[in-house]
Amino acid sequence: MRDRGRIVTGLAVFVAVALAPVWQAALHGAARRPEPKIVTTAKQCVEPTAAMRRDHMDLLYAWRDTVVRRGQRTYLAADGKTVTMSLTGTCMKCHPNKKEFCDACHNYLAVSPYCWECHIEPKEKS
Amino acid sequence: MRVAWSFLLVVLLAAVAFFGADAGGQALFGVVLPYVAMVVFLVGIAARVLSWARSTVPFRIPTTCGQQRSLPWIKPASLDNPSTGRGAAARVLLEVFAFRSLFRNTRSELRPGGRFTFSPDKWLWAGALAFHYAFLVVFLRHYRFFAEPVPAVVRWIEGLDGFFQVGLPVVYLTDIVLVAALGFLLWRRLEDARLRYLSLHADYFPLALLLGIAVSGVLLRYFVRADVVRVKELAIGLVSLHPAVPQGISPLVFAHIFLVTVLIAYFPFSKLVHMAGVFLSPTRNLANDTRMRRHVNPWNPAIVGHTYAEWEHEFHDKLKASGIPLDEE
Amino acid sequence: MPEKTRDELVQIDFKPPEREWMDPAIDFEARRGTWSYPAAAKNLRYLGFPNPREWSPTDEDWQLPENWQQIIHDGLAERLNKYRSLKLFLDVCVRCGACADKCHFYLGSGDPKNMPVLRAELLRSVYRNDFTTAGRILGRIGGARKLTPAVLKEWFYYFYQCTECRRCSVFCPYGIDTAEITMLARELLNLVGLNINWVIEPVANCDRTGNHLGIQPHTFKDNIEFLVDELEDATGVRVDPSINRKGAELLFVVPSADYFAEPGIYTFMGYLLLLHALGVDYTLSAYASEGGNFGLFTSHDTIKRLNYKIYHEAKRLGVKWILGGECGHMWRVIHQYMDTMNGPADFLEPPVSPITGTAFTNAAATKMVHVCEFTADLIKHGKLRLDPARNDHLRVTFHDSCNPARAMGILEEPRYILRSVVNNFFEMPENTIREQTFCCGGGAGLGNDENMEMRLRGGLPRANAVRFVHEKHGVNRLACICAIDRAVLTTLMEYWVPEVDVSGVHELVGNALAIDGEKPRNTDLRGRPLAGGKGDADA
Repeated sequence: MRDRGRIVTGLAVFVAVALAPVWQAALHGAARRPEPKIVTTAKQCVEPTAAMRRDHMDLLYAWRDTVVRRGQRTYLAADGKTVTMSLTGTCMKCHPNKKEFCDACHNYLAVSPYCWECHIEPKEKS
Repeated sequence: MRVAWSFLLVVLLAAVAFFGADAGGQALFGVVLPYVAMVVFLVGIAARVLSWARSTVPFRIPTTCGQQRSLPWIKPASLDNPSTGRGAAARVLLEVFAFRSLFRNTRSELRPGGRFTFSPDKWLWAGALAFHYAFLVVFLRHYRFFAEPVPAVVRWIEGLDGFFQVGLPVVYLTDIVLVAALGFLLWRRLEDARLRYLSLHADYFPLALLLGIAVSGVLLRYFVRADVVRVKELAIGLVSLHPAVPQGISPLVFAHIFLVTVLIAYFPFSKLVHMAGVFLSPTRNLANDTRMRRHVNPWNPAIVGHTYAEWEHEFHDKLKASGIPLDEE
Repeated sequence: MPEKTRDELVQIDFKPPEREWMDPAIDFEARRGTWSYPAAAKNLRYLGFPNPREWSPTDEDWQLPENWQQIIHDGLAERLNKYRSLKLFLDVCVRCGACADKCHFYLGSGDPKNMPVLRAELLRSVYRNDFTTAGRILGRIGGARKLTPAVLKEWFYYFYQCTECRRCSVFCPYGIDTAEITMLARELLNLVGLNINWVIEPVANCDRTGNHLGIQPHTFKDNIEFLVDELEDATGVRVDPSINRKGAELLFVVPSADYFAEPGIYTFMGYLLLLHALGVDYTLSAYASEGGNFGLFTSHDTIKRLNYKIYHEAKRLGVKWILGGECGHMWRVIHQYMDTMNGPADFLEPPVSPITGTAFTNAAATKMVHVCEFTADLIKHGKLRLDPARNDHLRVTFHDSCNPARAMGILEEPRYILRSVVNNFFEMPENTIREQTFCCGGGAGLGNDENMEMRLRGGLPRANAVRFVHEKHGVNRLACICAIDRAVLTTLMEYWVPEVDVSGVHELVGNALAIDGEKPRNTDLRGRPLAGGKGDADA
């Protein structure tokens, strides 16, 4: 049949597209695992590292609401210590290297947080 | 109830993967089965499509849903009754991307006194379209786990999908639409007595499976957060053919992956092959041009009807008596 | 007429039964009036079809061949390879239910197995069992059924309860065409001798005499002459059609009902008057004396066998091209099958109207033109003198016949003609016309008397729409371009909307056509008086 060529072509295109990630991996080589660079000498973040790693977005989201909507600026951490809820003042003080810290994972997973639509990005040498 | 069995089966499958991964089966659920499923999927789909391709199309049988091309001053319906290959291709593409035939759907009702009314009914069309597009977007969004760097187009899709910036992580519109559309498709199958009557396990199971996938995905994104960096490592390992299972991935991730694995492996053997079949439907992908251009049947049988000579021979005397001209005297 | 009254017949219960559809049980005795009598053995013998015998669906034993299951299994395997349509349609259905309430038989009967999706599942369940791995392993859970005698009986019942109208196919997102499923299921049934006489007898007749009605050539000529006389009475014009004349420019093929019985004969008179008025050089054939093709309701091989005569005769007579009359399934065969089966027609010339010079490029390969295409072109070029007031006693609506609408797309041509020849034309509601038209309920060989209840049920949606325009606009004439329609709709109207008569489009053309030498017309072709102000009676 005349259409068999077309069907086989269509099928080949489909299979090729279905395997797109394989081709991309072959072209770009194995992806590096992101290693966020920690430059601070502080021993611990606001909460333990594992919790921060998993839930930092929840914390920041809660901070935003508490500060912007309720005007409270003091955060009581699980271990009883208090910190000022401020992205630029607190978080970025320890992690001034947004590009090497925040962006390392965010870019890896194509996450685009909208923090910097309101906050001013720290100036860094690239 | 068939629907209950399907949901039970899906819950069971998810549980097997959840506890199986927890008990040390990460490599099985994260690597071995996904590879097997992908091979089954590709080979299965190819075999199915090739089996359709092997069957011939002896006749040109488009369903004509509009005016034919005939006299020059009559406007033909070039999409619903295409007379060219391009028209037919456009018809198929509209079918694929806009569910054009389903858009025509009407609802018939019998009124007192034996009167029927027919009213447009777009719900099935809207629900089906919502499900398919939401699923497509969710599918494409997942590409971020399988590619490094993530292509810009995937980022755009993601940006659009999270346009309203509700919550953190941002709520995707398609997550809501996907679950809602699947819920609607399931609801209509259960609510309508005749649909319930004709529905098979094979109709409920894919819905249950897709809902299982969607719900586990929603849980993972918004409620039981997974360590996505490690999940991506797992995914990249799979596609770069250097599989490795990073430690610390939540068993729920494996449940999610396993349900997708089941879907992929089930695909070629189920009604889901309509994804490929829709392109090949002879009532849609052929031009209505049989009187213009000869269509050839490759196995056209050598059948000769009752010939004129035989006929004249049988009715010779009667033909002669009534003065109808004869070939033989 | 069945014993049931109209009020009884519209008490339709759409609630599905408790019993699951996979468990077949058909009580043929209780369902009299909804099935057709089996083919007589003599007809099967004449055609050389398998398993000729005298039997009845009410018999417990249908006297099938010993290995009937194997025959059907092998037959299905063969057809899955030959027809991509079949294989695909059996594989891709998602049972979305869009087709469910599109079938006139479902709407009229409430029987869930008349939903196109379930009609196809009757075959699909056996396909799963015999040809798919999942079906073999999962059995009933996977929607698979063994082909038992009960399942086969159900096939016979429901595949001869589908008129192959294709309405479901319009709405299916994958274009699944139940007509195709039914055609191939009937082929399988034919392999073991399960067929109905109302299909097989016309097939046998057509093969032997040249037409479904079994009219032999001398009677053919008598009928034509009778109609010529009638036409002269009505118009004062004597037309002179020729039969089997070599060297004519056109061969004109019409459905045999048009020269056999009312109301088709008036359509035939319309054709003759038109061709005479224009002086077209045409001939009829007593050998190719059937436009229709009940092979379409039997098997693809039978279509080819019966259709063979048209090209064979055109070649013998040496005509340039072929003109075809108003008939529904005839045009499905001519439009979608004829050239593929019996072409190429390279002994004919691409059709050109001898009157207007219009080249019918849409028929360039098959070389057969629909009479409505021919006439619409004439009217557009102003070649006819028409007096639509002669149809003023009629208020007309148009029924799109299934096959011309959904297997060809001849929608505007007949409407253009009607608007030119009648002053009072009204469309039925939009979901019941054009590609969404409803079947007459008696196509595909089901227009027989023993199946009357099902015909009236299946025709109910159509009759409903006619009743609507009858009440709203006073419509009293239902025009159509199909010979089966003209027969079946007449009965349907008598039952549901008795105020409405049925006719072909060319009968109305014949009424309106002014011809040199005609007498003052005070009646229409049926001999009914014209509306006031027309004709001698009121002069």
